[in-house]
Amino acid sequence: MTNNYLDIIRPGINTTFQDKGRDHLYHIGIPFSGAMDNRNYLIANKLVNNNLDSAVVEFAYQGPHIKYSGDKINFAVTGDVIFSIKKNNAEIEGNCYQSYQIENGDEINILSTNKSVYGYLALGGELDLKFQWNSCSINTKANIGSNDGKKLDTGQRINIKKINSNKDLKKINYINNKIENIRVMKGTNFDYFSEQGKQTFYEKEFIVSKLSDRMGMRLEGPKIENIVNTNIKSEGLTKGVIQVPADGNPIIMLSDHGTVGGYPKIGAVASVDYDRLVQMAPGSKIKFKEINLADAETLFKLYEMETQNLLSQI
Amino acid sequence: MIKNISNLGDAALYCDFGNEVNKSINSQVIKYFKTIKEKKFEGINNLTPSYNKLIISYDLKKTTFKEVKKFIEKINIEDSKKTNSKTLEIPVCCHENFSMDIKRLEEILKLSREKILENFLNKEYFCYMTGFIAGMPFLGDLDENMRAQRLETPRVKVPKGSVGLTEQFANIYTFESPGGWNILGNTPLDVFDSSKEDKPNLINPGDTVIFKEITLDQYKNFND
Repeated sequence: MTNNYLDIIRPGINTTFQDKGRDHLYHIGIPFSGAMDNRNYLIANKLVNNNLDSAVVEFAYQGPHIKYSGDKINFAVTGDVIFSIKKNNAEIEGNCYQSYQIENGDEINILSTNKSVYGYLALGGELDLKFQWNSCSINTKANIGSNDGKKLDTGQRINIKKINSNKDLKKINYINNKIENIRVMKGTNFDYFSEQGKQTFYEKEFIVSKLSDRMGMRLEGPKIENIVNTNIKSEGLTKGVIQVPADGNPIIMLSDHGTVGGYPKIGAVASVDYDRLVQMAPGSKIKFKEINLADAETLFKLYEMETQNLLSQI
Repeated sequence: MIKNISNLGDAALYCDFGNEVNKSINSQVIKYFKTIKEKKFEGINNLTPSYNKLIISYDLKKTTFKEVKKFIEKINIEDSKKTNSKTLEIPVCCHENFSMDIKRLEEILKLSREKILENFLNKEYFCYMTGFIAGMPFLGDLDENMRAQRLETPRVKVPKGSVGLTEQFANIYTFESPGGWNILGNTPLDVFDSSKEDKPNLINPGDTVIFKEITLDQYKNFND
């Protein structure tokens, strides 16, 4: 019997459960999903002594307001997030990258992400969630994953199956670096664009549009001129691919993207910059910088080493 | 055969089988897809076959472009490889409640409703790929006189089960989704079922599909 649970007082804007995501399903039309900002997801789990592939609560812009009932449990928030903890009617401001212990009746109120998009709330234990294809990541478009594939809602109760016996409190100093230059490799339809179009892509500034979500990031700015065809025969896509539809505004494929698409691909974002890309809020300025495959591979290796190094400090 | 392999970003291989769209090229793509899937190469985490391309995604923490490319270049594709394809009959109701774009099709194709349905129904279509949204089949080929472009402005919501046409292809919306295909009818069948984890898709690449017309009453009683 479970007697440890969370009640959702306010769900936040786009609050879902996410883990490492699911693979080997592109061919039937199901994308990776999983936590958008992988580094912050891993750190959140490590701070509460979870397995690194455990499910966490992911929120965008505004997070949930939660009331906890049950035995003592640790939690941590990562990202650039403003939140408070309410204990016996005393409210304190919380710090990201630090775990706290809460007990019966305490509340966590995640007010907002600061000039960023995604934040993570990890609880030191195992949430009682349904798995589909080895993942409880919620894909709201296909209604796949835990919570019937739907965002969290007011009044919901989330049971906690098991609380970690290791309740050591952890802390790490970490600052999310912001970047304006997103490194990209040439796409497979790079030559569909005019010389001027290519120049526009690499030299001009684009603005992240409000029409961005877990599926894709739409950009606004100078139009990228296509001189061959604004459609191609539908073919596979991957995370980070940049398509340019007929209107000339680029769209970057993100973790819940449609698995095939019929717009020319001008580029693909280097994996090293993905975590930081997804954190760029609407209105942010973005510039693309070309790198080659070898450099992209090396940079990712370094980024991954840095992530592992951070995790080993916790 | 694969004409060219390039990188799509730093975590995927782009295998190009040419620009033509036909059954024989697509069957090659599907054979590669099935063979690679069986080999379970360490690090490959997704395969996306389409009309004439195969995209192989991999985990950059486990492997690299060079390693995967080498593996693909050496792979032996058996021509006789069984594809386990099947033929399926899909009931479709073309009542005016569902055929939202019939007037548009009549105008573009300069054919009557009766003629359009006669051309579309009771014919064999080949499933080239599934995707965009989970389980959506891309079926072909429509006759030359049945080919229409996408809607200029896509619909924000296309109802679940809608059967649509664009260029030489037909598809089925497996759940409500935005979309720009010309909608001709609707099937009461569940073409995608996420509760069946090992077989969520009713129609798979390589399968043959035949659309059979049903009446509105048959449609309404279908799931009883």
